Amino acid sequence: MKKLLILSGKGGTGKTTTAAAFIDFSKARAFADCDVDAPNLHLVAGIESEPRRMDYYGSEKAVIDQTKCIGCGACYKNCRFDAIIKAGTKFSVNPYACEGCGVCMYTCPADAVTMEEDIAGELMLYQEERLFSTAKLKMGRGTSGKLVTEVKNKLEYATATAELAIIDGSPGIGCPVIASISGVDMVLVVTEPSLSGISDMKRILRTAEIFQTRTAVCVNKFDTCVENTEEIEKLCLHEGIPFVGRIPYDKKASDAINAGHSLAKVNCPARDALHQVFENVMEVFAESK
Amino acid sequence: MKIAIPMNEMGMDTEVCVSFGRAPYFLFYDTQSKEAVFSQNAAAAAHGGAGIKAAQAIIDQNAEALLTVRCGENSAEVFQAAGIKVYKTTKVTAKENIEAFEKGELAVMTQFHAGFHGKA
Amino acid sequence: MKIAVLSGKGGTGKTFVSVNLAVTAKKATYIDCDVEEPNGRLFFKPQNIKTEEVDTLLPAVIAEKCIGCRKCVDACRFNALSFIKNKPHVFPEVCHSCGACALVCPSGAIVEIKRPIGVVESGVYEQVQVITGVLNVGEASGVPVIRSALETKTDEENITVIDCPPGSACTVMESVQSADFCILVVEATAFGFHNFKMVYELVSLLEKPCGVVINKADQAYAKLESFCQEKNISVLCRIPYREKLAQIGAKAGIACQEDEETKEQFSLLLKTIKQEVGK
Repeated sequence: MKKLLILSGKGGTGKTTTAAAFIDFSKARAFADCDVDAPNLHLVAGIESEPRRMDYYGSEKAVIDQTKCIGCGACYKNCRFDAIIKAGTKFSVNPYACEGCGVCMYTCPADAVTMEEDIAGELMLYQEERLFSTAKLKMGRGTSGKLVTEVKNKLEYATATAELAIIDGSPGIGCPVIASISGVDMVLVVTEPSLSGISDMKRILRTAEIFQTRTAVCVNKFDTCVENTEEIEKLCLHEGIPFVGRIPYDKKASDAINAGHSLAKVNCPARDALHQVFENVMEVFAESK
Repeated sequence: MKIAIPMNEMGMDTEVCVSFGRAPYFLFYDTQSKEAVFSQNAAAAAHGGAGIKAAQAIIDQNAEALLTVRCGENSAEVFQAAGIKVYKTTKVTAKENIEAFEKGELAVMTQFHAGFHGKA
Repeated sequence: MKIAVLSGKGGTGKTFVSVNLAVTAKKATYIDCDVEEPNGRLFFKPQNIKTEEVDTLLPAVIAEKCIGCRKCVDACRFNALSFIKNKPHVFPEVCHSCGACALVCPSGAIVEIKRPIGVVESGVYEQVQVITGVLNVGEASGVPVIRSALETKTDEENITVIDCPPGSACTVMESVQSADFCILVVEATAFGFHNFKMVYELVSLLEKPCGVVINKADQAYAKLESFCQEKNISVLCRIPYREKLAQIGAKAGIACQEDEETKEQFSLLLKTIKQEVGK
């Protein structure tokens, strides 16, 4: 199974819109939403069944046993994450700040601290004719590469006939993005022709390069600034990165999303442009084989 | 010589696991005594640094070689420092790969994939 | 007064709102906490930039002092240390800088050295102090950079605008912690609304007063409207999609200086927020 990951650096450039359309164009039998912090693909994936739900355990969290605590403050002094809350001589743990390092437990002279498992999110696996893997990180939990890895690993449950898997990524360049890049065959960067979009695109391209992953670039809402679009094309040419197309701003895109389906089903210029991008991506894929 | 292999299941005729750090089990096989021991991989559920922890388990067992499908950079660093050779498997099952290894048919691994970044 | 600007979904216009609000307030401090993709500086093009490195601590083993007891390796819950040939071996990118290894070492063989992970840039644009946290490419966690950006000394009298990262993870929580008021920027779409509910939950948990700015609001999204009504969240302003704004944004222009309508809108927004905070 070949895996295509869609990233952008900057948020809101159209990753999910692109991913949903690609799923329809390619009739993909397997897809995943790795944006575990703000997942949206399920809203337009056209999947109706109930998913199999599994708890996701993140890093352990410290818990202070108040009956054993002698109020010495050793935990408070040694915690580097400001995760110990001091109220007079009472100490407790702020689970949102705790990184599970265990320093408080190691330094407690009264054995009042234990490290306990913490449910940090939920994995959801929809298995119909198509397989859809997604997850939701609990609020305020660490940006989690491990959860992203688990979401991606679930794609292996797809039938052997699934040749292509489409993966919707998350914005940024940090941990979840790095985790999503590993093991994919190609990254499509969806950018927009703003200076912010270009700046973020450069950062994500450098990140992909570190992980030696093949990339291609397309520009969404290209007509909001044709000048910058040309700038992006030049940059790609210069870097030897395949430029796979321009997509115009189209109000029908948000209409489709609000109606709960992908842009592939709507007759409009953005759909046609996206389809061309899709074909170009498939061509780049074929060349890389 | 003691060799280690990441496994999905406990059985000589079962598949070698495609992941090293997060493999459910490790097989430790002694090529002289032909003794095979399966043990659970405690690193499989690690939040981060699974490859490092798994590699630690291999060196703590005094294995001298690892036969695996893939291996990350961090684990490779551990093996290199510990002087353990990593070989790339070419067959499906543990048994087949051990046979190939004993005949000198397995090559030393030269490509290691970038880590997932230990942080979570 | 500190105002945090956040949104669950990326690209809804956090930076647009933050930058324009800071410019409208005139004597203001703008802090970019979206350290993975810091873009406010593209709009401000700040002058007189001072750069400060942000470091985390990384253990280093003094070989002569190490007695090979393995306590450090066993204490590390992130598996950032391995024990090879009776000596600990450090994996920098896995380390969380918690200090546990140095703490448990009985022979003082572990010292902590600084490892740079990003920078905080501080500059000025007119009367706005522009502070930007920048995470190095390839680094996993931006929290130390965010913390450092938020700790930068600012003029007490300034209105501080904090441009947060997208989502509702720990990085956002870190950014919002010190705010007096939160602006939730939401796009009037199904995606925007879905992610908005998550950040709303976050600010409610932190008991922060908040209001909503609806961006690209040419069409009302009914579910969003009724949610705000039900939860009694005030809609501070509505910004419809306009080609002119998109073009100003694309070129990283500051809309309230180039567009009269936006200027008025942000003056009104600032006034409304001041009233809300005064409540």
